[in-house]
Amino acid sequence: MVRFVFARLLRALITILAVVTFAFVVLRMSGDPAQVMLGPDVPQDAVDAFRNAWGLDQPLWIQYLAYIKSIFTGDFGVSMRDKASALQLVLERVPATLQLTIPALLLKLMIGVPAGVYAALHRQSAIDRGVILLAILGFTLPSFVLGLLLVLVFSVILGVLPSGGQDTWVHGLLPTITMSIGGIGILARFSRSAMIEVMGQPYIRTASAKGLKWSNVVWNHALPNAAVPIITIVGFMVGSLIAGAVVVESIFSWPGIGRLLVVSVSNRDLAVVQCILLMIAATMVLSNLMVDLFYGWLDPRLRHQTAH
Amino acid sequence: MSQELVELRDLKVAFDGIQVLHGIDLTVGRGEALGLVGESGCGKSVTWLAALGLLPGKATISGSVCIEGHELCGAPRQALETVRGGRIAMIFQDPSSSLNPVIGIGQQITEALTLHRDLRGETARAEALRLLDMVGIPDAPRRFNLFPHEFSGGQCQRLMIAMALAGEPDLLIADEPTTALDATIQAQILDLLIQLRAETGMATVFISHDLGAVSQVCERVCVMYAGRIVEQGSITQLFSNPQHPYTRGLFDAIPRLDGPRTRLVPIPGTVPNPKHLTAGCAFAPRCAHAAAPCDFHRPQLDMLEDGRRLACFNPVLSAGTAPVRQKLVEGV
Repeated sequence: MVRFVFARLLRALITILAVVTFAFVVLRMSGDPAQVMLGPDVPQDAVDAFRNAWGLDQPLWIQYLAYIKSIFTGDFGVSMRDKASALQLVLERVPATLQLTIPALLLKLMIGVPAGVYAALHRQSAIDRGVILLAILGFTLPSFVLGLLLVLVFSVILGVLPSGGQDTWVHGLLPTITMSIGGIGILARFSRSAMIEVMGQPYIRTASAKGLKWSNVVWNHALPNAAVPIITIVGFMVGSLIAGAVVVESIFSWPGIGRLLVVSVSNRDLAVVQCILLMIAATMVLSNLMVDLFYGWLDPRLRHQTAH
Repeated sequence: MSQELVELRDLKVAFDGIQVLHGIDLTVGRGEALGLVGESGCGKSVTWLAALGLLPGKATISGSVCIEGHELCGAPRQALETVRGGRIAMIFQDPSSSLNPVIGIGQQITEALTLHRDLRGETARAEALRLLDMVGIPDAPRRFNLFPHEFSGGQCQRLMIAMALAGEPDLLIADEPTTALDATIQAQILDLLIQLRAETGMATVFISHDLGAVSQVCERVCVMYAGRIVEQGSITQLFSNPQHPYTRGLFDAIPRLDGPRTRLVPIPGTVPNPKHLTAGCAFAPRCAHAAAPCDFHRPQLDMLEDGRRLACFNPVLSAGTAPVRQKLVEGV
């Protein structure tokens, strides 16, 4: 087990390093921060001075090594735009993003999983067909379309909800709903198919033949088996708690990580973009690690596989 | 009190409008061991899954299933739940996938004990260990919390039997319990079933396509074909003198282990699709004895002089006992 966790941690570190390297190279290849920050008409001296000040005149590999070294010492760089610590800038925005993504995740779990399970238990019924239809509609509708539709209906036509800003909890309603609809659809579909597969297994027939109450068969015998594929999807959702709000935050002018990322990319604010990408990669990797460990807890067969 | 424990009358099952069981009449007496044989797809398992209400929702069931006079067909779910496991227990063909992979075996057995005998905690554990010992699981206290994948196929079937015994049922339905196991383990499980029946006095319905196994376990046997019983009688009657051409065909298809090597006589063709059954005898297209009426009229299951029941216009007349049957009859 220790070897398993150690191997997974090492793999996680390699993944994060790969993301950081990729982001570092691509950001520097895709545009010159000096040109973006200073504008097109500044004299060459100013550009050179800027590059010298931020170390951009050094060869790429020296910049890279210096960056990696600074990461390991906990220094994530300074924002070229705000001249403040990149890490601090990013961390300041995290709560705002979580204010949207955590309620959205809870909504996905509380609506998506029960809807899928209910549909599976009432297969071929009108409710089952309704759930499938809504689920497909939910996850095929892009969030930028859905967001604008909701704004149109609730803000413009009905005038009951604000279309942007972060002043009160009411302002969070539309972005949270926009973010959760797709996930609800995906979870409903996955829960339904996982549950249908499990309900057809011989051990469910055994549980019924034993005389267990139907609710007991569903809760204690079917759901723990159906949980493994559902947890995989939930893992992805937890992993994107930080990154999942880029589009929605932009639509609803929500001052979270997503908007900071969009602004920082367009400004070529290297340290901030790199810091956000590092954080996103770390969240995703950590969530996958947790899912792997959770699998073992849920399914003893996987626990023993990893132990060997 | 009546000697009949379970009585099936005109039991019919249809899936999506296609009838697969065409009126089964069957009784199981107290403590009796009844065999149900036939090729795959002839309705052996469906009969008992239907009786216990374990078929999926798309199945339409009609007729009557009575346990000591109490009707189960159309009974509310709660009534069925009380009978399942408590009065009638069932074990299945593939023991490894019939046990829940994520629940410890001890818990799976104590669950049945709590449900049917209201045993909890240490008392339930002690009883579960006694059952595990009874079915021959060695070192049970240490293995109590293990999971099904940590047991072999034969041991999983023993666990299934222990779980079935937990409710102290009056009838155990063993649905091809040895089919997925290798030969030596098959023999052990058959011995276990015989021994448990002797110890507990519970009736057994043994569903199988293995005539040898049926002859070891049962006293009476029903031969099923295409959703109907075609011949029914005591083991000795059917094994010494099978009269339905299908029963005869099943015996002729058993390989001989002794004597000169002879070519097996298979039954030509396959079991008909339930969608395309004719008005006549379902076996007629494969039957060497079929005559004109067989194609248009269906023979009824009539009682013969010797007490057996037979559904055939042209039964096979006794022409000496074939060597394989002789072997099996000697074993009975």
